[in-house]
Amino acid sequence: MPLLHLKKISKSFGPVQALDQVELEVEKGEVLGLIGENGAGKSTLMNILGGMFAPSAGQILLDGSSVSIHDAKAAERLGISFVHQELNLLDNIDIAGNIFLGREPTRLGCIDQKRLHDLSRPLLENLGLSIDPFTSVALLTNGQKQLVEIAKALSIDAKILILDEPTSSLTLQETDTLLKLVKKLRQQGMAIIFISHRLAEIEAIADRVIALRDGKNAGWLGHDEINRNAMISIMIGRELDEVYPKTKPPVEDVVLSVRDFSTRRWPNGRATFEIKSGEILGMAGLVGAGRSELAQGLFGVDDSPAGLVEIESQSIPRGDVGRCIANGVFLAPEDRKSSGLVLEMTIRENMTLNSMKRFTRYLRIDFASERENAEVWLREFGIKAPSSEQVVGNLSGGNQQKVVLAKWMTLKPKVMIFDEPTRGIDMGAREEIYKAIAKLTESGCAILMISSDMEELLGMSHRIAVMREGGIAGILDKEAFSEEAIMQLAVREDLATSS
Amino acid sequence: MESKLSHYLNRYRKEGCLALVLLFVAFWTILFSRNTEASGFLQSLIESRFLSLRNLENLSRQVGMYGIFSLGMGLVIISGGIDLSVGSLMALFGTVFFFLLTGSHAWIPGIPWVPAIIVLLAFSAIVGVFHGWLIARIRMPAFVVTLCGLLGYRGLAQTMTHDTAIGYYDAKFGIVGLEKLLTGEILGLPAAFIAFLFVSAVVYYLLHLSVFGRYLLALGRNEQAASYSGINTRVIMGLAYVICSILAAISALFFALYTADVVPSIHGNFYELYAIAGAVLGGCSLRGGEGTVIGIILGTTVLLVLQNMVNLLGYDSSFSKVITALVILGGVLVDRFEIWKLVTRTRSNTA
Repeated sequence: MPLLHLKKISKSFGPVQALDQVELEVEKGEVLGLIGENGAGKSTLMNILGGMFAPSAGQILLDGSSVSIHDAKAAERLGISFVHQELNLLDNIDIAGNIFLGREPTRLGCIDQKRLHDLSRPLLENLGLSIDPFTSVALLTNGQKQLVEIAKALSIDAKILILDEPTSSLTLQETDTLLKLVKKLRQQGMAIIFISHRLAEIEAIADRVIALRDGKNAGWLGHDEINRNAMISIMIGRELDEVYPKTKPPVEDVVLSVRDFSTRRWPNGRATFEIKSGEILGMAGLVGAGRSELAQGLFGVDDSPAGLVEIESQSIPRGDVGRCIANGVFLAPEDRKSSGLVLEMTIRENMTLNSMKRFTRYLRIDFASERENAEVWLREFGIKAPSSEQVVGNLSGGNQQKVVLAKWMTLKPKVMIFDEPTRGIDMGAREEIYKAIAKLTESGCAILMISSDMEELLGMSHRIAVMREGGIAGILDKEAFSEEAIMQLAVREDLATSS
Repeated sequence: MESKLSHYLNRYRKEGCLALVLLFVAFWTILFSRNTEASGFLQSLIESRFLSLRNLENLSRQVGMYGIFSLGMGLVIISGGIDLSVGSLMALFGTVFFFLLTGSHAWIPGIPWVPAIIVLLAFSAIVGVFHGWLIARIRMPAFVVTLCGLLGYRGLAQTMTHDTAIGYYDAKFGIVGLEKLLTGEILGLPAAFIAFLFVSAVVYYLLHLSVFGRYLLALGRNEQAASYSGINTRVIMGLAYVICSILAAISALFFALYTADVVPSIHGNFYELYAIAGAVLGGCSLRGGEGTVIGIILGTTVLLVLQNMVNLLGYDSSFSKVITALVILGGVLVDRFEIWKLVTRTRSNTA
């Protein structure tokens, strides 16, 4: 009998069926890799297990008996521990205080600091973290913070540990440490559900892999069947080549030329690269390598201390959004909801916010032509919305991204910068966005595509630039494309070899 | 047809609710101030003190004077900010204007009223630019900047007058035209009300039809997304304070002439709070990005009619503050819990 059995779990949010009769089993002392595209339902499933959502239908069996998990506390009591993707530590409290937040040992109504210390120390030591528990969390690296999160998860006597993208903000070395730790916990008899986009990690650590696709079970792989291609094909339901549209090789004219460009985050980083007409330059790098900052700097929403930017051999000033837009340099930002769109405004209003001049006469807005414009794009991109008067916040992530695209396409881009263009977007909409990007290349637009999705980078780019500490660590041509080559450039060699 | 109706019901729900409240308060006041000696019920209502010519004239003047600066406040609130200095500014503007007319302050020369108005409006624009610069450019919190204004401007006015009243009767030049312009009537309506109608039309155009309004709503909602669209958010945000300050000056002219004596220590006291109350009651969100001209006007009017009701019906005037507070609280509560949805839901069920 498996330790945990999720039986025919379904969950719907309004009309959206997020999970449809999903099955999942995990044994004691097993690492289960859970994979799937963004929006496949992994997070929803784990949130049900963690007590954040109640399932619409289905059963959760723990040790063979049915349990209901109606909140996070209930999950905790059952020994289910959840380490979330984003770090949830409080910077202003020390490590021990974070581990026992809400469960502090007390004496006479005060926090018993000594017991807190004594309880925390063995937990940290078990994880190989030899730091004083009274150290402030603000002083820790991301890797150490992740370990503190795990210590917190283990402090409740967990039987089942859920790790949701635990390595997404870690360096290679830190990732290595974490994977070793996961193996150690497995030996101690813990059941671990390991969610990751990094298939190499899954391959290295999982005993079994389950894939979700569009809220359904897409298949599973036993220990000996786990390899990259097998995982990809069950995840997306077909071969990779079919997902990414073919693009022509770029024309020789250089559209965007960037020389010695630095950002506020990395004032000593020097980024130098060129993008040709019709070329997609992928941009890889670890979290914190300065890719988004570069994008914001090039677009002029963030100041840049140094560098030269030329569009078709005309230099443009740094830190001036207005001039960038006038010169046809646009950015579809990483964070659609806070930077790309005004969620409370309608599709029509969002689509013209950057190009109002075209829709006004003597400062007065021409509502009819605005609406016409919106409707053209609604059709062009197949945006699923009842009308152009729909508030953008009500749309799905994919449709929101299409609105962002439409907003900039209205102005005929010369250089289009995409920062994580498909983050949080389901497969169907992603393909449409890829097609739109491919179509942009045909009009001679130069495209800079920042992405943390390796498949996407490898599948879409003509060349891939890898960033490290604000500079370009190297640029790979198509023949040299591989995940390993990218990672090697993304990580500092001396760090990677030192462990 | 049905969908169009419910679309409008939904879009103008706040304004609709407020209009109903306004009608209710007005009818209540008419009912209880009716002329009991008149023949017939209808006649007694028509002859009520609320509907008397004098009351209506007074009420419309008040709506005009309060409405002008409330519209300015509304724009600032829609930008996501706040202007606490409006009341104090009106004391300062009134004081400066009278000094300009009389020339009785050592530093301020006496000039005729037409240039005096121009100077005052220019002064108010400079004050607005100063606020806008500190808030939009230097990025100081609007609350702090205008709180300092709240204290400072009134203090300045009090200092200039040595904390006494200042009038305008010993003006150096003729002021007949000025009195006619600011306290007179046009087509039987007080000049302040006419000015208010004009200002409303301009602000309506700015907020609902022009690019400025679209940008203001966008930056009030999400400043980052607005700047990522290439909007110069600093200029737009700063302009909101400039307009607010100029409208406060226009309103201050009417108030100064209306009271004839400006006593800086009490002139325009708490007016910024009335403006905020009116705007919020009218559907502006203090988080920014939300609000309509019609709503602001209705919100301000409801508060003034409530005040009028208390006066006419002889309710304890201290209690009127409680009533005002309850109406604002209730209005925002209704909005918070989206009570109108109950209405539209039953509508669509029966349809």
